[in-house]
Amino acid sequence: MNLSYAECTARERLAHLLDAGSFHEWLPPAERVTSPHLAQLGVPGAFDDGVAIGRATLAGRTVFVAAQEGVFMGGGVGEVHGAKLVGLLQRALRDRPAAVLLLAESGGVRLHEANAGLIAVSEVMRAVLDVRAAGIPVITLIGGANGCFGGMGIVARCTDHIVMSDSGRLAMSGPEVIEASFGVEEFDSRDRALVWRTTGGKHRWLTGDCDALVEDDVQAFRAAAIAALGAAKAVTPALLEAEHALLSARLREMPPPSDDSDDATALWQRLGIADAQRIPDMDVAAVHALRAAAEVPR
Amino acid sequence: MKWNTLVTQLFGPYHGMREADDFLQGEVVFDGRPLTVIGTANHAPIGVRLALAQARVVLDTIAQHPGRPILLLIDTQGQQLRRRDELLGINRAMAHLGMSIDLARRSGHRVIGLVYDQALSGGFITSGLIADACDALPEAEIRVMRIPAMARVTKLPEAMLTELSESNPVFAPGVGNYVAMGGVRALWEGDLQAALRAALSQPAGEDRRARDGALRGGRKLAADVAQRVLDAA
Amino acid sequence: MSNSAGLEILDFSFPGRRIADAFPPVLVGVVGSGNLEVMLESAAGDDCSVRIETSARGFGPIWRAVLADFHERHPLGGIRISINDMGATPAVVSLRLGQAVAELPGASS
Repeated sequence: MNLSYAECTARERLAHLLDAGSFHEWLPPAERVTSPHLAQLGVPGAFDDGVAIGRATLAGRTVFVAAQEGVFMGGGVGEVHGAKLVGLLQRALRDRPAAVLLLAESGGVRLHEANAGLIAVSEVMRAVLDVRAAGIPVITLIGGANGCFGGMGIVARCTDHIVMSDSGRLAMSGPEVIEASFGVEEFDSRDRALVWRTTGGKHRWLTGDCDALVEDDVQAFRAAAIAALGAAKAVTPALLEAEHALLSARLREMPPPSDDSDDATALWQRLGIADAQRIPDMDVAAVHALRAAAEVPR
Repeated sequence: MKWNTLVTQLFGPYHGMREADDFLQGEVVFDGRPLTVIGTANHAPIGVRLALAQARVVLDTIAQHPGRPILLLIDTQGQQLRRRDELLGINRAMAHLGMSIDLARRSGHRVIGLVYDQALSGGFITSGLIADACDALPEAEIRVMRIPAMARVTKLPEAMLTELSESNPVFAPGVGNYVAMGGVRALWEGDLQAALRAALSQPAGEDRRARDGALRGGRKLAADVAQRVLDAA
Repeated sequence: MSNSAGLEILDFSFPGRRIADAFPPVLVGVVGSGNLEVMLESAAGDDCSVRIETSARGFGPIWRAVLADFHERHPLGGIRISINDMGATPAVVSLRLGQAVAELPGASS
């Protein structure tokens, strides 16, 4: 039975993705660990400040998990939300679970908390890298309607492994912000096909910016998370040199700007991916076959 | 302060640093020790190109100069807001820069950030905020987003955000607020060489920013909440 | 009592006729535009107390009516209801309250 990951709340995702009944929450809603900054703006808080954290099992292995609720403040990271993530990661250093799962759905820094949110995101980034340096894999799952943007888009790329659905999006700045700055010619935020060609799961899969592409189905995310439990990749000079080479090559391969706005298709063609024009219409299985054929380095 | 004025005050007129396309770099000598300096100028927007240019120098420093300190000079309007950079995965390029700086730290390089003019969001997260510590000149400003864009995204009125930016530490861009919140370690006032010397002499270690925010009173909950997670049953 | 910038806080209390046994907290809903979250907790005493924090100011009488109607159908006591609301309609509020009660131990639908 297909349960859309995108349509689930954060708590529903946890309930269906983790081993049944295994989720033990830390700082649950009843403890009312909420934001001190929202009431002054006339904005209601959430009892969990938009993120549920805790310990669970996944295929019997102990994992620590955080699930961001995209509906609340767009999943934005504020002081308390960020501190819950940092505490979870610090606890992972102490207790050494098999993995940390980050069910990421966020616009990045919670603008309503501005400076506190910015510092919070950077503390999350540092804590993720601490956990990674300790050899504990941090696995990011991206498939919510709000995508994973801003500082969380950077944090996601600091984790060991990213699973995305084709409905998921991973980027830095949202199309609305780009359009507001440089106009609709730069980025028409209402052109959904363009938005997904630029930031969506298929594009990120084809360029190697995510490690697994799955259907919009909670069980598909579960299977991909289980498969990723051994995915720890130490950040070494060699890893970063390979990353640098990959990103530099991509910058060189990027076709020059032209009036034809479909630079995504042009980029996929340059990366050696066949049938690039048909990609938006292809299903996930077909897209898998394309990347395997093109042997895009990760 | 212009980057050249800053660098001349720190390292003298023959500092040897150069700027090209908003990218600053150089190898300087300070107190008899070589230092790698990288950064940005002219309120640069950080796109994929500039993120990679900075990462390249950091990786070269790790490979060729074990133990050499790295100074990050920050003046940026944040990430480049272009669809092309998003297509290319600017979040990945920025993460790469951040991880390079972080690896330098973990490999025994002291990494100090200095916001000498302005810093915004992503451009700051992957530079000063991932260093051992980030300092700032007193007149510098740090923001998440400019107010008009913030108003559009949050649906809060511009007038309200402007007023909050003047009166409320969570919104005000002055670096004094960032010091109070623990995001900035210290301001460099007066003798800049002494300030750099002090920054380099600080011991590296775990992330103290939440603790500093609590001690200084600007960010009272973060450290407590993280500790509560550690202590939870 | 409300916050100067715009968050309204409302408190209500109803005498309970069916006193709930102790139960673990229940949470339904999410705080988004037009939506709300409702948390039920075990409380001392026989009353049903309700606290609402809402960005939609000035709807006190409507909240009272919706809650009174809810309490008619579910005259619970020994319970504390806490709500974070972002402008949900009375229909959505009633829906969430019903969903919350359905998650109580021994709830009959």
